[in-house]
Amino acid sequence: MTTLTIRDAVERAGAYPHAIASFVDGNGYPMTVAGPFTADPETGAIEVGPIAAGALPAAGAEVCVTFSHVRPQPGVGYDERRYVNVWGPAELVGDRLRVVGTKAAGWDEQEVPFFEYAERSVPEAHRYFAEVGARPTLSRWWTFFLAVRLPFLTATIVPIALGGAVAAYDGRFSWGWWLLALVAGCAVHLGLNIANDLSDDVTGADAANVTPTPFSGGSRVMQYGLVSRKAMQRACVACYAVAVALGLVMVAARGPALLVIGLVGVVLSLQYTGAPLRLVYHGLGEPVTALGFGPIMTIGAYYVCAQQWSWPAIYASLPVAVLIALVLYVNQIPDRAGDAAVGKRTLIVRWSAPRVQSAYAVSTATAFLLIAAGPILGLTPWWTLVALATIPLARSVLRGMRAAYDRPYELMPSMQKNIALHFATGLAVVAGWVVATLVG
Amino acid sequence: MQRTPGILPEPVEALLDAALVSELTVVDGTGRPVTYPLIPLYDGRRIYMTSAVLFSRKLRHIKANPKVSVSLTDPVAIPVEPFARATIQGDARIVEDDLHAGWETLLPLWRAKEPVIDSFVKMRFGIPLFFERSIIEITPRRVLLWPGADAAEEPQVFELEEAGR
Repeated sequence: MTTLTIRDAVERAGAYPHAIASFVDGNGYPMTVAGPFTADPETGAIEVGPIAAGALPAAGAEVCVTFSHVRPQPGVGYDERRYVNVWGPAELVGDRLRVVGTKAAGWDEQEVPFFEYAERSVPEAHRYFAEVGARPTLSRWWTFFLAVRLPFLTATIVPIALGGAVAAYDGRFSWGWWLLALVAGCAVHLGLNIANDLSDDVTGADAANVTPTPFSGGSRVMQYGLVSRKAMQRACVACYAVAVALGLVMVAARGPALLVIGLVGVVLSLQYTGAPLRLVYHGLGEPVTALGFGPIMTIGAYYVCAQQWSWPAIYASLPVAVLIALVLYVNQIPDRAGDAAVGKRTLIVRWSAPRVQSAYAVSTATAFLLIAAGPILGLTPWWTLVALATIPLARSVLRGMRAAYDRPYELMPSMQKNIALHFATGLAVVAGWVVATLVG
Repeated sequence: MQRTPGILPEPVEALLDAALVSELTVVDGTGRPVTYPLIPLYDGRRIYMTSAVLFSRKLRHIKANPKVSVSLTDPVAIPVEPFARATIQGDARIVEDDLHAGWETLLPLWRAKEPVIDSFVKMRFGIPLFFERSIIEITPRRVLLWPGADAAEEPQVFELEEAGR
């Protein structure tokens, strides 16, 4: 329930078909009676009636006049929830109840979407949990799923699959080493996700964000009280420990060049939101993401298999790098108010909406031009051109972004499509390399 | 939990069974009435509502003062012909031994009015605090019925004993 001015509340009341007046009767129970009404925003007065004498309050009794609306949706439930409450002392004018508002509140889900309303109420939930000595719970699986943001592992799977596919094309693929690289890459990624949450918890960026979506605003497991900060810290350390241990095994067995690749990857992931560099705070989140989830992971996976460098592998990773950077880029759109509040100056915070949209169009065009140019330059197989089939998806994301830039929940389908754009395009490029390997 | 033959006047039960939204009025610490639109669930003896801990102020009010009313007033949200209006005064109790799953006993009644709730429950991990819920259990004591939905007419009044047994 949001506080409203009396004038605003009474103006809104005029759009409802009937009023519901409640007061406390002589037995101490609330008594409610509904009927026709008139509302005057100028005076803040609402007049309900005619009402039978037996259902009227005593003069001076405090009254809550409510106006409520839902739209039934057969087979589903209802939507368009909105209501207004206006409080004031009862005046009796013949058979009518007159209330001049002294306080008002309400909610309209078309103005404050339900998910935002719920998010703004999280502190109230914590107070209540404390009062009743309870805590929120969720199954271990879903808590893990949320805390590490598991679905985002597609960002790691694609470049590592690409590195393996290029190695296979060169006749140097090794299932065992590739799988080890995949596990290490996933461990770094999950550690990065948790580190990002820990950092945003310290700065208050996630708490300041009241419009989180499944794709933005962090995992929120700490904000919701599902996981303690200490547990998140332990999980973060565990993920990085696994990654470093596997990395050292690969360095020892496959060559010291992997040490450079691994170190750059770990340092970039730790400095993404962590001190002292806090790269994402300076608008460098996108290039860092592109580097880490593009060339570094691809060449790392390639090198583990092939024990040599490969310019085609690095080139092949570039469109994937651009598209994963764009996943971060679009997902930051709903976060921009919370990010700005804590000084997280992402590109989305820095740029105007038209500039953000233009940059998206230019970047996706660049990604597809890189894919198209690869075979012409002799760096990638012709089969990789199949990835151009996802161009309509990019156009759809751009259209959605333009239409719902300021409406986080309406932007969600575009965010989902943008993630699919990276995954589908990346897998299509991988498939192109695999087919080229198989057909020779 | 299933609906059984009821203790309330038949026209009021028809309203309760059909209502997508009713108005729960509680009394706050200053003695002022506060009204919340909520979906009412009726098993034939008691009226049930649920409240997420996110929106828990009403729960505090009820714990401090259990006297509440449930009104059925909106012909759009209550598709019943001929339409009537009613107010049910009663005593409320908060049931919250298990905030996480206790309210799920009401799902059959809830689903009958809002089938989409099953989809939300499946996705509860996305809004976990919304599904930490207390049950508001209301024992009806007195019913006021306006058969023609006309507040100008004196309501029919029914004093109830059955539910308290």
